[in-house]
Amino acid sequence: MAATLVLLETTATNLRSASLPAVTAARELAKHHGGPVVGVVIGAGVGAAAADAARFVDKVLCFDDAALAATLAETWAPRLATAVKDSGAAALVASATSVGKDVLPRAAALLGAGMASDVVAVLGGKTFRRPTYAGNAITEVEVTTAVVVCTARQTEFAPAAPAASPGTVETKAAGAVDALGSDLVALHATVSARPDLAEAKVVVSGGRGMKDAANFKLLEELADLLGGAIGASRAACDAGMAPNDLQVGQTGKVVAPELYIAVAISGAIQHLAGMKSSKVIVAINKDPEAPIFQVADYGLVATWEAALPALIAELKKVRAA
Amino acid sequence: MKILVPCKRVPNPELKLKLGDGAVELADTTWQVNPFDEYAVEAALRLTEKSKGGERSGEVVVVSIGPKDVATQLRQLLAMGADRAILIAGEDAALDADRVARTLKALVGSEKPDLVLMGKQAVDGDDNQVGQLLAGYLGWPQATFLSSIVLAADGKSATVWREVDSGTEERRVRLPVVATVDLRIIGKKAVRNLALAGPDAEWEDTQRLASLKGIMAAKKKELKEITAESLGAAAGLLVKTLRHDSPPTRKAGIQVASVEELVAKLHTEAKVL
Repeated sequence: MAATLVLLETTATNLRSASLPAVTAARELAKHHGGPVVGVVIGAGVGAAAADAARFVDKVLCFDDAALAATLAETWAPRLATAVKDSGAAALVASATSVGKDVLPRAAALLGAGMASDVVAVLGGKTFRRPTYAGNAITEVEVTTAVVVCTARQTEFAPAAPAASPGTVETKAAGAVDALGSDLVALHATVSARPDLAEAKVVVSGGRGMKDAANFKLLEELADLLGGAIGASRAACDAGMAPNDLQVGQTGKVVAPELYIAVAISGAIQHLAGMKSSKVIVAINKDPEAPIFQVADYGLVATWEAALPALIAELKKVRAA
Repeated sequence: MKILVPCKRVPNPELKLKLGDGAVELADTTWQVNPFDEYAVEAALRLTEKSKGGERSGEVVVVSIGPKDVATQLRQLLAMGADRAILIAGEDAALDADRVARTLKALVGSEKPDLVLMGKQAVDGDDNQVGQLLAGYLGWPQATFLSSIVLAADGKSATVWREVDSGTEERRVRLPVVATVDLRIIGKKAVRNLALAGPDAEWEDTQRLASLKGIMAAKKKELKEITAESLGAAAGLLVKTLRHDSPPTRKAGIQVASVEELVAKLHTEAKVL
């Protein structure tokens, strides 16, 4: 009846919704291991956040220390390893966010545990399905160590709902914290009023064919009309038309919205890897041979110059009706 | 400044992946250096340069774990400008991220680099683990997903910019450090060593190609073949690959003739508006 631990990322006061899919993955793992799902919250002044996180799990272990304010793998991974060892846990899970991807392998190293990255399905207590080769293969892997570590792809596990009764919060002593000289200088966050790309119900993405950053204004107008987020292909990011954190693809963000609209995106393998789980895909491209049309539910062969203003006008008309 | 760059050979990611009987068929593929690792080699070369292709100071050692054929990819990296290469014998089926990281840890013990620089992930396994595991095993700091790295003039620390979900994160790290690179690391001004390169130094917006002179020079450079056992690295897999299957395919969609038809379909058929 060993516990399944799940890293819960928080703001100062709240659980981050990005961690809710990991709770679902942890619940699935816990079915095989029999024990409770225990959240781990790490940070400085995160008491309120731990209480908020406890609504979703059976219990929260909270490492709250001024030295843990910055999200550093050097300081967070040892706390996770301690939590696993102290609680005799069978598994450690996190969402495959930039934090999960950075911290969990280091925790696995400290535990001598095998790790499965970016899993899309839990098949057993130690077996998982995960995409490889830019999503062109689905690979079944088995972790052979006593403790199992994995990150869960956010789009493949539904966000967990609050539990029937909230869990308890246990404060854990941080002990001696050594950042090994690493120091967070600043987070240069992309400020946007639009929904988070990874969680948006609608994503409007632009590719190299948009030619210029100024032309993304039309995509933004369309996205705002639909309450959606903006995405971009690698080519568009490389060309400076969109910030890097909007890149959708194998090595960027993986999205699976209700509606994905790809504009002037040819559909390179690595881009498809980041969006082909979307429920409905619309492709607008002037080249009828563009590979994006092979995954699109609705394809429109047209230039963005012609299609976007017309699409915006038509949507406004339908909305008004 | 001594920089160790672990590199993996991967099947050409542009070729259609062949799957059969629960396995990936690679007999007909062509092999190449994992693009992210190639970027790491480019970044490592820039950290030893005063300017693009200019005067150098420091050493770039490339290492790969794999079958004998990987010598081909290592020679290419030597032709790009790396100084030395090490090929550690190993079959892909006998490797997982942990085994690779433990083998590299042993090599770091004997090579004693100031910096380990590598791609953030290999585009075949897509694990994104080895750099973090290696840092954990070594007890070194880690700097992952870098879009930029600036080495301090004293060679003891670096300022790095990391690509994170919400934007870019700026950190200072102490050397020695394990750093993994993202795509943007090959930007014109993304990499510099303040002991060598001035603020005006600028590189191409891409990784360098091997010149004819580089190819000739590479033939004379050292390419040492060793075994993991000689490094004292333990065997055994922590993660076993059971099978590979094709992903579910999407049902073919339709072409619409106009924006009006598209909106009508989205409204009444897909019901997503």
